[in-house]
Amino acid sequence: MANVITLFRREFSSFFATPVAYVFILIFLMLSGVFSFYIGNLYERGQADLLPFFNFHPWLYLFLVPAIAMRSWSEERKSGTIELLMTLPVTILEIMLAKFLAAWAVLGLALLLTFPLWLTVNYLGSPDNGIIIAAYLGSWLMAGAFLAIGICMSALTKSQVVAFILAIVVCFVFVLSGSSIVLDAFTGWLSPLLLDTLASFSFLTHFESMAKGVIALDDVGYFVIVIGVWLYAGLLAVEQKKAE
Amino acid sequence: MISVTNLSKAFGDFIAVDKLSFEVRAGDVVGFLGPNGAGKSTTMKMLTGFLTPSNGEIRISDMAMDKSSKAIQKQIGYLPEGAPAYGDMTVVEFLSFIADIRGLKGQHRKDRIREVIRLVQLEEVLRRPVENLSKGFKRRVGLAQAIIHDPDILILDEPTDGLDPNQKHQVRELIKNFSKDKIVIISTHILEEVTAVCNRAMIIAAGKMLFDASPADLQKKSRYYQAISLHFTQLTDISGLAELEGVEDMEVDRHNGRVTLFPEGQQDLMPAVSAYIRDRGLQVDTLYQEQGRLDDVFRQMTEEVSA
Ligand SMILES: Nc1ncnc2c1ncn2[C@@H]1O[C@H](COP(=O)(O)OP(=O)(O)OP(=O)(O)O)[C@@H](O)[C@H]1O
Ligand SMILES: [Mg+2]
Repeated sequence: MANVITLFRREFSSFFATPVAYVFILIFLMLSGVFSFYIGNLYERGQADLLPFFNFHPWLYLFLVPAIAMRSWSEERKSGTIELLMTLPVTILEIMLAKFLAAWAVLGLALLLTFPLWLTVNYLGSPDNGIIIAAYLGSWLMAGAFLAIGICMSALTKSQVVAFILAIVVCFVFVLSGSSIVLDAFTGWLSPLLLDTLASFSFLTHFESMAKGVIALDDVGYFVIVIGVWLYAGLLAVEQKKAE
Repeated sequence: MISVTNLSKAFGDFIAVDKLSFEVRAGDVVGFLGPNGAGKSTTMKMLTGFLTPSNGEIRISDMAMDKSSKAIQKQIGYLPEGAPAYGDMTVVEFLSFIADIRGLKGQHRKDRIREVIRLVQLEEVLRRPVENLSKGFKRRVGLAQAIIHDPDILILDEPTDGLDPNQKHQVRELIKNFSKDKIVIISTHILEEVTAVCNRAMIIAAGKMLFDASPADLQKKSRYYQAISLHFTQLTDISGLAELEGVEDMEVDRHNGRVTLFPEGQQDLMPAVSAYIRDRGLQVDTLYQEQGRLDDVFRQMTEEVSA
């Protein structure tokens, strides 16, 4: 545990030693503003909630989270620091957890910094703040799932660009499998049962109610499992490919 | 103690390390030699638990590497080839990070960080990001990191590569002072370094062990071991030298007129040669006994394998 904390501190501060975290947070704030006001019509809807804001999160994360995750392992392998790290008395699991938690903390920070939106709706009306907090937590959890995929892809290759593209593709599959485009396309082809199964793998399906502030155990469980599985896959990939 | 049995590593079809077996005891300072691609770094990566061997066993301090790698790694200080370090951290941040991971605490931690900074002379670059350092300074940071927890076993992959002559000297002194009851393994391409700091030399080529004994024994394998080298002030008839008792062969360098006399077996030719010079009243400006030329031995041994 002490090791995880030490590694976490190193990872977290390295986000801020380079412009990565700043650029990420800035773009995240700008895009979430643009999406909620211009495309989501946050004002014009005349409702005191943040639903349009949260509804865009899966699409925001789709491109932004892979950008945060891509360097996690690729950089270690490219620069050879992986050899240093893995000959220190720390386990791959500890390193993996620290990397995940550090990047997740940056994502959490970006989410926290959207608080002016929350102030705005509170100023304009009287929203249910419990719902909003729940939706924030749900969004952060989903961001963790995107992140776990991104970190796993980064463990597969030395090249950050390749890791970025792989992560977008895989995340895209996970987002899209629940979108109306895909589901409509398969309606009639697949039995309703298969269709439900397909949709149940999607981030969208599980985020839908979370965005409305309903935290259901199976949605939380789903994201936790996705995070666990992808981080574990990343762990195996690191073990396999560390020497290449 | 390190004990290695039948250690092999294959990358696909390519065999980088081929059935190495050796033991290293406390107090040993091993110089690991071999041509490029011989498998030195690969062996060190296995000794430090980074690479998993394809075959064979590594035991360190009576623990098996495949079962207790973390416990073993606590006892090892390692400088990987190329001295990788986190570029975005400053030198002092990096060393503090390593100290934390090594579990150093409180005053002891502060003392150790200060001590390694002094030992490898990093004072002037403490606040600079590692990525902006020159090659030699990077190497020194890597060294500092390796010795910060005062390990029982020190494994250094080309520690003096890229260092200036003063720093080379400094690092050799550091290794010598370090090694009383510990284990040091260094790989190097500088053969004099082995005679200067090591009490054991291992030569590998194409993954196989070719030689494992003291540096003095390595010198004895040289044709030049105990050969007499001399140069006459004036042009002199030297044919008599070759006829001396115990001289096997004589060579004269055409360019500078230097004469080299090779002994039969391991005889000391010095008395006979000096008597010869004195008796005839010859004038010499240099006369000395050679220690053996390591690069000759190295070339001879390793070229046989690759040929
Ligand atoms: N990950 C890898 N995949 C494939 N081949 C490898 C890998 N690592 C090393 N090799 C090969 O193994 C052989 C031994 O490499 P190694 O780095 O151990 O040599 P070395 O003795 O340290 O050489 P040098 O003096 O140049 O540092 C080389 O031929 C190298 O190409
Ligand atoms: Mg090497």
